[in-house]
Amino acid sequence: MSSIPDELSYTKEHEWVAGLDDGLTVTVGITAYAAEQLGDVVFVQLPEVGRQVEAGEAIAEVESTKSVSDIYAPVGGEIVAVNTALDEDPSLVNSNPYADGWLFEMRSNGATEDLITAEEYAALISGDS
Amino acid sequence: MSRPTPLHEVHKSLGATLTDFAGWLMPLRYGSESAEHTAVRTAAGLFDLSHMGEIHVTGPGAASALDYALVGNVGALEPGRARYTMMCDAGGGIVDDLIVYRLAADEFMVCANASNYLRVARELTGRATGFDAVVDDRSDSYALLAVQGPHSQEIVAGLTDADLANLKYYTGLPGTVAGVEALIARTGYTGEDGFELFVGAGDAVKLWGALMEAGAAEGLVPAGLSARDTLRLEAGMPLYGNELTAATTPMDAGLGRVVRFDKPGDFVGRAALDGSEPTKRLVGLVMKGRRVPRHGFAVVDADGAVVGEVTSGAPSPSIGRPIAMAYVTTTPAAVDIRGSHEPVDVVDLPFYRRKK
Repeated sequence: MSSIPDELSYTKEHEWVAGLDDGLTVTVGITAYAAEQLGDVVFVQLPEVGRQVEAGEAIAEVESTKSVSDIYAPVGGEIVAVNTALDEDPSLVNSNPYADGWLFEMRSNGATEDLITAEEYAALISGDS
Repeated sequence: MSRPTPLHEVHKSLGATLTDFAGWLMPLRYGSESAEHTAVRTAAGLFDLSHMGEIHVTGPGAASALDYALVGNVGALEPGRARYTMMCDAGGGIVDDLIVYRLAADEFMVCANASNYLRVARELTGRATGFDAVVDDRSDSYALLAVQGPHSQEIVAGLTDADLANLKYYTGLPGTVAGVEALIARTGYTGEDGFELFVGAGDAVKLWGALMEAGAAEGLVPAGLSARDTLRLEAGMPLYGNELTAATTPMDAGLGRVVRFDKPGDFVGRAALDGSEPTKRLVGLVMKGRRVPRHGFAVVDADGAVVGEVTSGAPSPSIGRPIAMAYVTTTPAAVDIRGSHEPVDVVDLPFYRRKK
């Protein structure tokens, strides 16, 4: 069973969102389950810092051996940072999806996609497999 | 519902990610597919290929039947030798690409792709009509394990009395491996040295265990279909359904040499293929950037006009950049990756050639 940290929020697109509760800046990545399903991540195309995006907009791509996946903005707002370490080592997404493998940070404008809890996400992926 | 192979429980116990492939439930990868790929290039990998089809053709007229049914000169094969060949339809389109093993003067084994072997068995039966030959699809009774990589010979040699050092590329002989009766073939689909071991389905688990044990010190790891696909792509080997289709001739695929017009007698596809020119060219592409071209993506020229299509594409662990094979009508400049024209270098195939 893939780890699903309780303190994070999730999307049905297998992304995690950290920091929703304590301010306007959120960190976004993909879940351990998603990373396992993708296989080896070989490239992450990240959005430009400063870009204004809408909640639900496709703003990044994760390329793995077999497929490419869109990454959607879980909230609306501005991209304030991206994980440049992924440029050198995209496998961080596989080895440490909830920490070193984070994708980008956003300053939220308050608009969100449908976010779900860890418990709801666990139920979602158990129905998946 | 996909069929499990005789090694299904082994794959599950190894924690394999399983995938549906041509009606079979196959291991896609056991852990990191890049690590599996690299192990095959530098040490060895063990593959379950039990989804492949094995069709025996026997009898005094077996060689003549196969010479009529296939494009290769099968009758010229010495017993113990194998040949890469194809079955075409009357219009010259490729039905399947195959390896034919001549087991004896009047016995052959045709190894067909999982996606095609039922069709191949049916076609062989029909095309053998009038020849003194019996076509017998024995796919269900076989398991196929492949040991591939530079350490393959050391690993298999410890489990058999067969003279592997003198077993040349594209030969196969009956023998015993780990106490299991096997057709030991020096063939593969990875661009590395290696062996394909055709054994009874009931012996697969025993042989797998013996190979893993013997290979532990040689760096042998189980490897899945994902690694197999990137290995064969780097080696420039075509895949049926991608580079090879019913709408493609052997000449289109750059494999006109497998069509043996010099052999005696007619063969299915001869009239259509004789004198035919390729309508497209198979090229190798190495991406300048890091986005990955995939099967079906459009290939464009310097003006952005579509000049072809990607047949296979993947990140290449050996080259460190994404690579692709594509059919083109003129020199390409870029691949259209989801709306953006990503520039390419056009290279000769294969992308990777092992050091002798």
